[in-house]
Amino acid sequence: MMRKILVILAIVGFAVVLLPLAYQAGVQPAPGALATEYLEKAPAELGTANVVTAIVVSYRGFDTLGEVAVLFAATAGVGALLTRKRLGLASTREKRMPATEILRTATRFLTSLLILFGVYIFVHGHLTPGGGFQGGVVIATAILLNLLAEPESHLAHGVMTGVEALSGAAYVTLGLLGAFLAWGFLDPRVLPAGSIGALVSAGTVPLIYSVIGLKVGAELSGILDALKGDRE
Amino acid sequence: MASDIAILIAGAVMIAAGIGAIVTRSLLVSIILSGGVSLVASLVFLLMGAPDVAMTEAAIGSGLTTVVFLYALARSKQADHEDSDKRVDNPASEAGGAS
Amino acid sequence: MNILEFLAGINPVAASGAIVVLIGLWGILARPNLFKIAIAFTIMETGVNLIILSVGYIRGRTAPILDSAADAATASARMTDPVPQALVLTAIVIGLAVTALMLSYAVRLRAGGGASSIESYGEEKW
Repeated sequence: MMRKILVILAIVGFAVVLLPLAYQAGVQPAPGALATEYLEKAPAELGTANVVTAIVVSYRGFDTLGEVAVLFAATAGVGALLTRKRLGLASTREKRMPATEILRTATRFLTSLLILFGVYIFVHGHLTPGGGFQGGVVIATAILLNLLAEPESHLAHGVMTGVEALSGAAYVTLGLLGAFLAWGFLDPRVLPAGSIGALVSAGTVPLIYSVIGLKVGAELSGILDALKGDRE
Repeated sequence: MASDIAILIAGAVMIAAGIGAIVTRSLLVSIILSGGVSLVASLVFLLMGAPDVAMTEAAIGSGLTTVVFLYALARSKQADHEDSDKRVDNPASEAGGAS
Repeated sequence: MNILEFLAGINPVAASGAIVVLIGLWGILARPNLFKIAIAFTIMETGVNLIILSVGYIRGRTAPILDSAADAATASARMTDPVPQALVLTAIVIGLAVTALMLSYAVRLRAGGGASSIESYGEEKW
């Protein structure tokens, strides 16, 4: 009884805090000064058609680097928590149901298409909606299909670790190139901005977003593989 | 105006799915409904002029999160009924009988 | 100010986001099952993202993506605020990783022979 009253009190308290937010949000007539600056300057300075990409990759690029680091830490945590030794399952190896013929055939067809689609999404991140995070998730979906189709199989951990380490190193290297050759860390103006709408434009923005895409794809696949289980 | 009405309807669906996800005793139903909340939220994001966020929410919030939950449920041999501590080999087969 | 005026001033997106946050909070506090708490966390996270995005939402404006270079001059008069979108974009990805970490702790606790109710792990909760 006491507990129910406390729960209700907590919810009512939160509701009181959130009410002014719900009332005031969205009433602003125009973007703020900072957003206006980004909207007007991003296409001219960086050559990106998608302003959100310009913010994620360049203006707030340091945040994104930190975010990728958090993602890496969480993946490492999941992997460390779920090894067989720690779970005390050293000897028992349970049998898994084999996948159906439909799933296996569809996987053979779809894997390459899904990976191609993921690469398409993150290569076009500076022109259309989408980018490294979305493309990385699509690549992780392709790997998930393979894990479902072959329940006994596992990711090649060497390959995954290699992709992740290389893309992380490439991300920082591109950032440092911006610091030395252009205005600051993660500045994409190392390469020419080009014309808006062309695939090869916006300096190093497509390169950075591709690297983020590969890293996110490898990390999310690692999480899925660790949670699936049966890892040595 | 049309998008305002669509946002209101989507908000109502989202709230209903959210309440359903908390009220139900079946963990599988709860997982599916919370995936539904994310899917409707991605529709709202799209209506609000945020296609980037809508793509991410649809792919991660309603896609991969659901898979991660299902893997964890199967891995821990948790029975489908949330008050039960029984270990089962296949949570999905319990879904019909547990509640 | 009468009640009808007050209701008309509420932003539908932020209001439904706030209600979704409250639903998630209720689930976190009222349910003892570890997996149910993780589900409630993801619901709450969706609500928080809705509220953050609604701050930059301006009725009737388009997505912050340009068609051609000529658009840039009028961009700030036609487009929504891109800054909250960039923040929410990364928050969603982090959310998945944190959920996976939460679930792997739950799996660990279960594998050690533990119960799935949080009440069997001491008095931390209440």
